[in-house]
Amino acid sequence: MNIHIKGGRLIDPANQIDSLTDLFISNGRIASVGSAPDNFIVDQVIDASNKIVCPGLIDMCAHAREPGPAQKGSIRTESMAAVAGGITTMVTPPTTSPIVDSPAVAKLIKDRCIEAGKITIHPMGALTKALEGEQLAPMHALASSGCIAFTNSRQAVANSLVLTRCLEYAATHDLLVIFQAQDASLAQGGCMHDDSTCTRLGLNGIPESAETVEVARCLLLTEQTGVRAHFGQLSCERSVRMITEAQERGLPVTADVSIQNLLLTDENVNGFNNNFHLIPPLRSQLDRAGLIQGLLGGTIQAICSDHQPHESAAKEAPFADTEPGMIGLETLLSLSLWLVDQEMLDLPQLIEKLTLAPATILGLDEGNLAVGRTADICIFDPEEEWTLTPESSHSRGKNTPFMGHPLKGRVTNTLHKGHIVYSAT
Amino acid sequence: MISNTLNALALLDKMKQDLSSLLAQGNRPDPLMIGIHTGGAWLAEKLHTDLNIQSPLGTLDISFHRDDFDQAGLNPKVQPSNLPCTTEGRHILLVDDVIMSGRTIRAALNELFDYGRPASVILITLLDLQQRELPIQADIIGGNLVINPDQIVKLTGPEPLALEIRNRSKD
Amino acid sequence: MLEHTDPSQVQLTKDGELKHFITTEHLSREMLTEILDTADSFVDLGAKQVKKVPLLRGKTVVNLFFEASTRTLSTFELAAKRLSADVLNLNISTSSTSKGETLKDTLMTLHAMHSDMFVVRHSSSGAAHFIAEHVTPDVAVINAGDGRHAHPTQAMLDMLTIRQAKGAFAPLSVAIVGDILHSRVARSQIHALRTLGVEDIRVIAPNTLLPRHIESLGVKVYTDMQQGIKDVDVVMMLRLQKERMNSALLPSESEFYKLYGLTMDKLALAKPDAVVMHPGPINRGVEIASSVADCDRSLILDQVTNGIAVRMAVMSMAMSGQTKSRSDLNGTEV
Repeated sequence: MNIHIKGGRLIDPANQIDSLTDLFISNGRIASVGSAPDNFIVDQVIDASNKIVCPGLIDMCAHAREPGPAQKGSIRTESMAAVAGGITTMVTPPTTSPIVDSPAVAKLIKDRCIEAGKITIHPMGALTKALEGEQLAPMHALASSGCIAFTNSRQAVANSLVLTRCLEYAATHDLLVIFQAQDASLAQGGCMHDDSTCTRLGLNGIPESAETVEVARCLLLTEQTGVRAHFGQLSCERSVRMITEAQERGLPVTADVSIQNLLLTDENVNGFNNNFHLIPPLRSQLDRAGLIQGLLGGTIQAICSDHQPHESAAKEAPFADTEPGMIGLETLLSLSLWLVDQEMLDLPQLIEKLTLAPATILGLDEGNLAVGRTADICIFDPEEEWTLTPESSHSRGKNTPFMGHPLKGRVTNTLHKGHIVYSAT
Repeated sequence: MISNTLNALALLDKMKQDLSSLLAQGNRPDPLMIGIHTGGAWLAEKLHTDLNIQSPLGTLDISFHRDDFDQAGLNPKVQPSNLPCTTEGRHILLVDDVIMSGRTIRAALNELFDYGRPASVILITLLDLQQRELPIQADIIGGNLVINPDQIVKLTGPEPLALEIRNRSKD
Repeated sequence: MLEHTDPSQVQLTKDGELKHFITTEHLSREMLTEILDTADSFVDLGAKQVKKVPLLRGKTVVNLFFEASTRTLSTFELAAKRLSADVLNLNISTSSTSKGETLKDTLMTLHAMHSDMFVVRHSSSGAAHFIAEHVTPDVAVINAGDGRHAHPTQAMLDMLTIRQAKGAFAPLSVAIVGDILHSRVARSQIHALRTLGVEDIRVIAPNTLLPRHIESLGVKVYTDMQQGIKDVDVVMMLRLQKERMNSALLPSESEFYKLYGLTMDKLALAKPDAVVMHPGPINRGVEIASSVADCDRSLILDQVTNGIAVRMAVMSMAMSGQTKSRSDLNGTEV
C-alpha cells in the first residue's frame, strides 16, 4: 500500500529532522522523505496538517499479560491500547504465566503478536529459571526466539555469586541485561514510599534503600563483568546520582523512568487512593525532581509507561490488599507532553526519549524514519484535548488515576510496518 | 386570647396561686418538683422557693428522648438530668416554660418513667400556645397565647425572667 | 499534577457534621471538643440508675470485626445497647475472607440486611475508608481500628480522660511510650492532642519502633526514656506485642522493660501530679510495673468507663449526621 502523509511537522530525531515535511510509504517501508518518489501512485493520503509525524513510540516496559490471566489483559487487547497511544513497539517483562524462561513461551508471545497484527513485541527473557535466582535461564536460546533483553524482574537474585555468573554469561553472548532494582528483604511487605505520608497512613513502607542497595550491587557487578546493562523504571534520586557517577567514570549503563514517577509523588496516596498503589512506588518531591534532572541531564535516556492492567476487583480493597500497577499505554504520550508544556524539554527531545533512545538501548532498527526503514509511524495532534474514559479505553484494565482527567495531545493515526493500525474516530 | 403585655412575673404569680390551692387540697403529699431545661428549670426554682417545697428540686434535659432525632439530629449542648431522688411512687410537679406541640412533655414523661413509676404527674406551664399535636394538657397554666407561624416566644433568664416574642430567623 | 481530594470529605457532611468516624486526623478542634462534650453527657448517664437512652432505637448496628478483639467489641456492643440500638456481632476472621469472599463482597451481603451503622475493625490500614466509600450512602461507619492507621475512639476516650484529670490541653506536656511504629492508637492520639492544642508531645521508643519521619506529625522524638519523661504531665503507655521480639526489632522483653518500661522510679522523673494511661490490656512487667498500673495516678480504669461514653457519643453523632443529610436530600424541613 502506498501512503502519502501530507502536511505534517516531521520530527525524526535519528536524522535530526524537525520541519514541515511529507513522508511517502511503500511496501511497509519509508519510500521517501520530502517529495514523492518517481512513479509513486498514491493509494491513500493521510492529512497531517497541524499534526506531528514521528516514529512510532517504543515502550521499554509494558505488561501485555499473555500468557497469563485473561481478565487482566491479552496481547490482542493491549496491542490495541498501544496503537491508540501511538506505540508501535513494546517490550514486555518475563513475568507472564508461565514465565518467559523457555523458548516456547517467547515464541508464543511473538506468534500472538503477529496474529494481533498491530505492533511489534520484543519480550524480555528471564535471567534465571523461574526467576528463582538459582540457575541460569537458557539465554542464548531465548535470544534466538526473540528475547531482546534479560531480567530477573523485581525479584533480585539473592545470591551475589549467582548474579555474577548470570551477568558473565549474558556478556559472553553480548546480551543486554535489564535491572529492575529492588532488594527483596528491604521491600518486603511494603506498598508505598517509606516517608511521612506512609507514617501517617500507617502503611508498610518501601525505603529508598530497597532500590539503592540493589542499584549499587548491580553497578559494581556490571563493572566487574562488562555486561551491557540498563536500569529499568528508577524511582529514587539517589539511584540517579549513583548511575550518573558510574557513567562519568565511563561505565556505559543506561536507564529509563516511567512517566508516572516523573509526574506524581507519594503525597498522591493520601486518602488511601488505590490508583496510586504502584511498584516501584511513587516517591518524594525530592526524588521526583531528581528523576527529572536525571532525564534532562542524560543519565536517564528513555521514558516508558510500565503499563500494568488489572481487572477492577484487583483494585477494590483496602490499599495494601490491592494489586499494584496502573495502565499507561494510551496516556504515555499525552502525559509525557506535559514535560514539553512545562518547558523542561522541547518536542524533538521528548520524542527522542520515546523513540530513538529506547531503540538505541535495545539495538533496534525502529525509531528511525530514514528511507528504507520500517514504516512505524505515530501521527498526533499536540493541541487536541481529550479524556480517557472506561468506554474509550482499549486496554482490558481501567486502573489509572488519569481516567476522566483532561489530557492534551492525542494520537490520530498509527502505522505499523506501513499499515494503518489505528485511526482516531 | 392575644396577650399584648407578656409579663412573665405576673403570670408566674398566677401559677403560684393556682399551684398553692392545688397542693392545699392535700391529695399529693410530699411532691417532687422537676423543671425541664432550661426555662422550666428557672421557673421551677422560683416556684420551689416561693412555695417552700421540701423535697429538693430536680431538673430534666430531654435531649436524648426527643422524637425528632432523624430530622434534627443530636443536640450537642446536652446538660445532665439531675434527679436527687427516685421518682418511684412520688407525686411529680413537672414544670416547663412554653407548651406548644406537646412533644417535649411526651419526651419528659418517657424519661421520667425510665427512672421509676410515679404516683402522679401534674404539668405546670407558664404559657400554652395551643398548637397541640399530641393529646397533652397542662394542669396549671400562667396564660394562653396565640402567635403567628413566623413568630416564636422565648423565656429569658434566670434574672430577670422575661418573655419575648421574636420573628423566626430566616435560614 | 493531579488535584488532591480533601481528606476530611470522607467523614463530614457538607454542613460539617460527622457522618463517619474514621480518624482523628483532619477534624477541627471544634469537632473534637463537641465529641468530648457529648461524651461527657453520656458519662453522667452511666452513673444513673437508668443507663439507656432511646437515641438509636430502631437502628441496627453491626459490629464487623475482621480482627479478633473481646474488649473493644464488648464496649461497642454495650455502647450501642445503651443507645437502644439492635446489635449484630459479626466476627469475621480473616481466613474466611481470604477463602474467596472479598471485603467488597462481604459488604454487598451486609447491605441486603439493611443496617444503619457498621463498627469496623480490620487489619489493613485504610479499611475503614474503603468501607465508608463502598457502603450505601446512609450507613454510618465507625472505625474500631484499621491496621496501623487509626483507632480514633481510643484516642478520644484518652482525650476525655486527660480533660477530666487536667482541664486544659494547651499547657500540657504529654509523652507516648512504646511501639509507635505499629501503633494506630499512637497516631490517632498524636493528631487529637495536636488539634486540641497540646504543643509538647513526645514519643519515646527505640529507633526500631519509630516510624520514618514521625516528627512530621508534630512530635519530639526521644530514644532515652529518662530524658523524654522529664516533667511531663501525662504518660501514655502503649502495648508491646510479643511478636516484636521475634522480628529483629527488640532483643528481649527484659531489655525493653529496663529501658522503656514505666516503673515508679521513671514515673518520679515526671511531674509530681503526672497521670498514667494505657489503652489495655496491660502487660505487667513488660511496658509497665504492677505498682504503677495500680497506683492512684493511674487512670486506666477511668479510660474504660470513658470508652463507653465516647463510643456512645460518636455513634449518636454519626447517626445524626447521616439521617440529617438524608432528610436534607428528601427535602424535609429541618
